[in-house]
Amino acid sequence: MKPVVIVGAGPAGIRAARTLLDHGIRPCLIDENLRAGGQIYRRQPENFQRSAKQLYGFEAGKALAVHHTMDELARLIDYRPHTLVWNAEDGRLDLLDNGRAESIEYSRLIVATGATDRILPVTGWTLPGVYSLGAAQIALKYQGCAIGERVAFCGSGPLLYLVAYQYAQAGAKVVAVLDSAPFSAQCRALPALLRQPLTLAKGMYYRAWLSAHGIPVHQGATLRQIDGDQRVHGIRWGEQTLECDAVAFAHALRSETQLADLLGCEFAWSSLNRAWLPQRDSAGRSSVEAVYLAGDGAGIMGAEAAQMAGECAALALLEDAGSTVDQRRREALQKQLARIRGFRQGLETAFPFPEHWAAQAPDELMLCRCEEVSVGAVRAVVDEGHWEVNRVKAHCRVGMGRCQGRMCGLAVAEIVAERSGRRIDQVGRLRGQAPIKPLPFGVEVQP
Amino acid sequence: MALFKRLTETQRPALAFTLDGQPATGLLGDTLLTAVLTCAEHVRGSDFSAERRAGFCLMGACQDCWVRLGDGRRVRACSTLLEAGQAISRDPGRQP
Amino acid sequence: MIDVIVLGGGIVGASAALMLAQKGQRVALVERDFCGSHSSGVNYGGVRRQGRPLHQLPLSQRAHQLWADLPGLIGIDGEYVRCGHLKLARSPADFAALQAYATQTVGFGLDLQLLDQRQLHAHFPWVGDVAVGASLCPEDGHANPRLVSPAFARAAQRLGASVHEQAEVTRIEHDSRQFQVHCANGLHLQAPWLLNCAGAWAGSVAAQFGEPVPITSAHPAMLVTEPLPVVMTVSTGVEGGGIYARQVARGNCILGGGRGFAVGPRMARPGQVAVLEILRNAGELYPFLKGAQAIRTWSGTEGYLPDHEPVIGPSSTQPGLLHGFGFAGAGFQLGPAVGEALAEIVCTGASCHPIEAFSIRRFQA
Repeated sequence: MKPVVIVGAGPAGIRAARTLLDHGIRPCLIDENLRAGGQIYRRQPENFQRSAKQLYGFEAGKALAVHHTMDELARLIDYRPHTLVWNAEDGRLDLLDNGRAESIEYSRLIVATGATDRILPVTGWTLPGVYSLGAAQIALKYQGCAIGERVAFCGSGPLLYLVAYQYAQAGAKVVAVLDSAPFSAQCRALPALLRQPLTLAKGMYYRAWLSAHGIPVHQGATLRQIDGDQRVHGIRWGEQTLECDAVAFAHALRSETQLADLLGCEFAWSSLNRAWLPQRDSAGRSSVEAVYLAGDGAGIMGAEAAQMAGECAALALLEDAGSTVDQRRREALQKQLARIRGFRQGLETAFPFPEHWAAQAPDELMLCRCEEVSVGAVRAVVDEGHWEVNRVKAHCRVGMGRCQGRMCGLAVAEIVAERSGRRIDQVGRLRGQAPIKPLPFGVEVQP
Repeated sequence: MALFKRLTETQRPALAFTLDGQPATGLLGDTLLTAVLTCAEHVRGSDFSAERRAGFCLMGACQDCWVRLGDGRRVRACSTLLEAGQAISRDPGRQP
Repeated sequence: MIDVIVLGGGIVGASAALMLAQKGQRVALVERDFCGSHSSGVNYGGVRRQGRPLHQLPLSQRAHQLWADLPGLIGIDGEYVRCGHLKLARSPADFAALQAYATQTVGFGLDLQLLDQRQLHAHFPWVGDVAVGASLCPEDGHANPRLVSPAFARAAQRLGASVHEQAEVTRIEHDSRQFQVHCANGLHLQAPWLLNCAGAWAGSVAAQFGEPVPITSAHPAMLVTEPLPVVMTVSTGVEGGGIYARQVARGNCILGGGRGFAVGPRMARPGQVAVLEILRNAGELYPFLKGAQAIRTWSGTEGYLPDHEPVIGPSSTQPGLLHGFGFAGAGFQLGPAVGEALAEIVCTGASCHPIEAFSIRRFQA
């Protein structure tokens, strides 16, 4: 019998696995990380001592619950950590585990591939000492380290204040928080944000705490440049400069959609996420038979929504497979998810996408850190008449390197749209190509 | 000089390794990235300008922290745990 | 007013448009997707004469002359280098086949050099020990198809050709005077000449004019490595087939071998079987790849006729219709010469180089 397979052991994947097991199905849960939990509830290595409260703050209870669930599941399901899904083809996933390649056939598949930071490059962003906000958080949560001695936090999104707060709490020197969103945007967003008053309150708490502890918070402040030679020396915004030796920045999150793409899922433009996303119905069914989507990998909703979506997708899968499921439970989950979607709308208002970024990006700015392609090089290709991102990539290698456009792809689309005078949803999306991550020569192939 | 600063969890057992042939020390539970950046300032040189890089996303997405191990394997420093005696070497990248 | 409509913005169609525009013809180039975005733009990038059947060599030699001044032709160098093409033999029998080919092709201008095992490893120390000999064609080379093929269309445009991308042809008629071509985007063109250079999709045009051909599609499996220290000094292939590989100046190695599969009528993927075969087996021919990573794979859609020869030349049923398609994955080097031959037929009634072997009549009973 072909197993039900779940890809991604974050909040969505773990909840999906739990739900399936509760209904008598023993899934195979494949995860790239060494330990389950995803990014938000990422677990520290086993010999670390800090408490959940120290690691996850307000989210400690939820994190512990997820870890507890996973500890139970690990003994009962086919759990495969440290395993990369590098390709999907013909009802099979191709896996890579410690230099060994094998493939697994699935009867049904839940894709819960999560998200990474959404990056809008800024001059100096490849210097040692510059990290994504998520990276800064991982350094602390997973390794007990700060990314530098004096750290500036820049960009926008809920993670901005949270990570700055976590750093200051842990004893790091936070020199400033630059929020590119103006205060007025956050006032406008208030009605929608009130749909999740607790989440809103946490956000306000972090900011108030930072101010109360003398950490400068600049609103409507857009990071313009990171200075440094071999490493970071300081930052600039507006007419101001500030010395620091590390910078964490991002503008919210972006979905990891490559696997859904290789599976053949239909994509649609999401103005809320300002991204192309694999389509799913309210229960999590993709456009491809037997493939379900859950969690931030199909649109950013946060960890709590990811758990609900994981359960929803598992229930839909069970129902499609002929099992009886609790309809009221599923409807309740879908209702809650709709409410969170409303809150997400509020977050986008509070932390609006910096639409002027593309017009203001200097030609010299390095856009693609893998292939080292500048904004000017991309603009030159657009000026030759190209306006579709895959064609632009073909002509100047932008997004063609090791990361396959994960870091620069969205920014490339912004530059192409701005330069060609098209709307951002009219310039296409970078096609996913196997391998999802690099694949070594000399790989051993399991029969 | 170091890039990363250890704030906590400093009482772990030490692990000796070498970085570009020089002896260095990390702690049990460090990733290769942490081990390297708590005693040095970069993990690789960029492919087309030998510009110093020190990783970026720390979650296996950006592919900007590949290093070479003594046994010839190439691994992402952010998602590989340090083992005692490892010989880590940094690719200097290529000058234009 | 238009003299010639060219269907297909691949390297053959775009070259024809360029050569016609050079000769003062009014040309419209019609491309369903983007010029050079299918097999012309995603192929391996070999610019090779060595290994071609003898009757392709005159055309291939002409193409070789045209490639010599690529910047003059299309305005960019397209990363084209004449570094040589090395065909490796894995057995004495394969080496004997290379020797036989070298003998047969004397006089065609390939200047093949046979290397025994000692000479091979002395000249090309990066080649694996499994190779027992090789044949070197010193003036063959490779180029970047992503850049070269679209540049032919742009060069044609600069000379006055009208280039219509994103124009899917929905209907073609001949009204006894002219061809009428209608596209899904509302574009309507008419001209006395129609060039069918639609690659793997050209069969339906031929069939519509009463001369169906047994064309099928195939999909090469291609992959590229991360940038590596530059060691490969020539483009390589293997006698009897197998993995072929080249390295670009930036250090990436491009490898092909085996077949992929179609995902829908326009898209193809290399397939995990072929990718894993390359990753497992490349090491014995190219030992320096040990520890390297493949970062991207791709495929394309290539038209194949049963004899693996293209169809080039006039229609046997419809005056004014010319064909140039079905290059069996080996059309990139020939493209400019085929475009020129088609342009010569339009302008003078005949090609300067022999193309009879490629007539569509060979499929008519």
